[in-house]
Amino acid sequence: MKLNPKAVSLLQVAPMGIIFTAMVLVPLLIIIVVSFLDYDFARVFPEIYLGSWQDVLTSQLTLDLYETTFKFVAIVWVITFSLGFSIAYFLVFHVRTLQIRLMLLAAIAIPFWTSGPIRAVAWVPLLGREGLVNQALLGLGIVDQPVAWLMYSEFAILVAYIHLLTMPMVITISNSMMKIPGSIIQAAQDAGASEFQIIREIILPLARPGIAIGTIFVVTAVMGDFFIVKTMSGGQVNTATMAIVTELNAFQYPPAAAKSVLMLAIVLGLVALLLRFADIRKELTK
Amino acid sequence: MATRKRKRPASFYVLATLLGAYAVFLYAPMACVYVLSFQGPQGGMSFPMVGWSTHWFQVLFQGTGGQGVGDIPSAFRRSIRLALIVGVLTMIISVSAGMAYRRKFPGANFVFYSAIASMVLPGIFVGFGIALTFNLLGWRVNWFSSGIGAQLTWTLPFGMLIMFIVLGRFNPAYEEAATDLGANARQRFWMVIVPIILPGIIAITMASLTSSYEETARTQLNVGTGNTMPMEITGLLTAATSPVIFAVGTVTTFVSFSLVIASLLIMTRLAKRRSSRTAQ
Repeated sequence: MKLNPKAVSLLQVAPMGIIFTAMVLVPLLIIIVVSFLDYDFARVFPEIYLGSWQDVLTSQLTLDLYETTFKFVAIVWVITFSLGFSIAYFLVFHVRTLQIRLMLLAAIAIPFWTSGPIRAVAWVPLLGREGLVNQALLGLGIVDQPVAWLMYSEFAILVAYIHLLTMPMVITISNSMMKIPGSIIQAAQDAGASEFQIIREIILPLARPGIAIGTIFVVTAVMGDFFIVKTMSGGQVNTATMAIVTELNAFQYPPAAAKSVLMLAIVLGLVALLLRFADIRKELTK
Repeated sequence: MATRKRKRPASFYVLATLLGAYAVFLYAPMACVYVLSFQGPQGGMSFPMVGWSTHWFQVLFQGTGGQGVGDIPSAFRRSIRLALIVGVLTMIISVSAGMAYRRKFPGANFVFYSAIASMVLPGIFVGFGIALTFNLLGWRVNWFSSGIGAQLTWTLPFGMLIMFIVLGRFNPAYEEAATDLGANARQRFWMVIVPIILPGIIAITMASLTSSYEETARTQLNVGTGNTMPMEITGLLTAATSPVIFAVGTVTTFVSFSLVIASLLIMTRLAKRRSSRTAQ
């Protein structure tokens, strides 16, 4: 029996296609459908009800929640990008041997294998009221009483995000930078370009795919996170995703679904925009 | 880019300092966890250390930590069982899909973009969608149906991307040579392709094993009765107020590191065996 090669490919990809359809696409469709249904405290009725959407789209609360979310996204992106780009630049263009470069990259990646909850709790002995930072500040006489906003605050949330999300930026940007041929840099140097000009005119544009993929990591991680917000703020800060999780825990499915649809649309829109700067398949195979 | 020795520019020292500061920032919280897990029995959750002991590890393993210290051994067994199944399934499905992508076929973009969507969508929503679907169909969420399915939505996209990397670097000349020597499709796959991409296959399995073991966002609404390990740990972390949570941190980090180091060892051994073979 001889099968047509296209049919063979379809058979080979079928298990993956079926799982994504059944476990991602159909559930997304169900979320959209449920967002238009009526509900009470116990269950969802098969009757159309637009109240959930009205709440989401017209309330001031939604705007406030998204304002907090986007504030976090913007601050975290600016810091992880600057830090990630600088470190990647150092690793690729200043570190001279491949071995040391890989060693430093591994050193940056290692903490990533500690699970998220533990990494969040790890901040308490550092930033808490009796933490090391406060002990140091008191000991040096910089403050006379412990600084309260270090832990359980927006500051603490940002610290945890930056701690978690700089690594993907470093990895994706240095991956793009390593593909820049040395001869281009050499030519620019011979033509008298300064280090800053080389970064701005050559490295930045050529590292764009890496920056775009790193940005996707950072943006989707911050927008989808509720654990860090909850742990690091001690429940005092609310974001769009936190609000959805709160409703999920209260079994308020239709309003949670409506808010989820909005969030998913925003995330997918942002990712689609960012993918215009990077062809993932080409990045991987080249 | 530098083959000849030249003087380091000023930016080298600035950036080296930045990297050093970042490394301190990166390791300081974890270092605190490891050190504080050896806190003395009278010690609290912050420095200074009140003596050194393994008291909190004993509390953890004997389950005598009072409130919050739940049934860790059975959560661990649940998680390992789930991780093993998800690891093997991800390996088989990803290798198969990777082979499909060596040709053009209708629907290639559909599956690829579904994978990207599955990867970038916040896990809590994917998990919510699956739980909701099961709920509406009147099915009970269960670790072997919705649980495994939910975890596959997280591990399969990475498996697929690793296959793209591996097969993108695959030199088709080996396969053509095998064809010229009369090998059939099955022989080409098992005797040429699999041995060459074996490190990639192991990478997929280990990566999905570890990410299944750590996953919560997609899993928590879909495993049914009984917590998995990360859920148990999260519960512990929010309930316990003693250094026992640092002992949890040290132990789980040790487990994940053992997994990572084991897979790295396997891969370097394979690479060594291959280079010694090709050298002959």
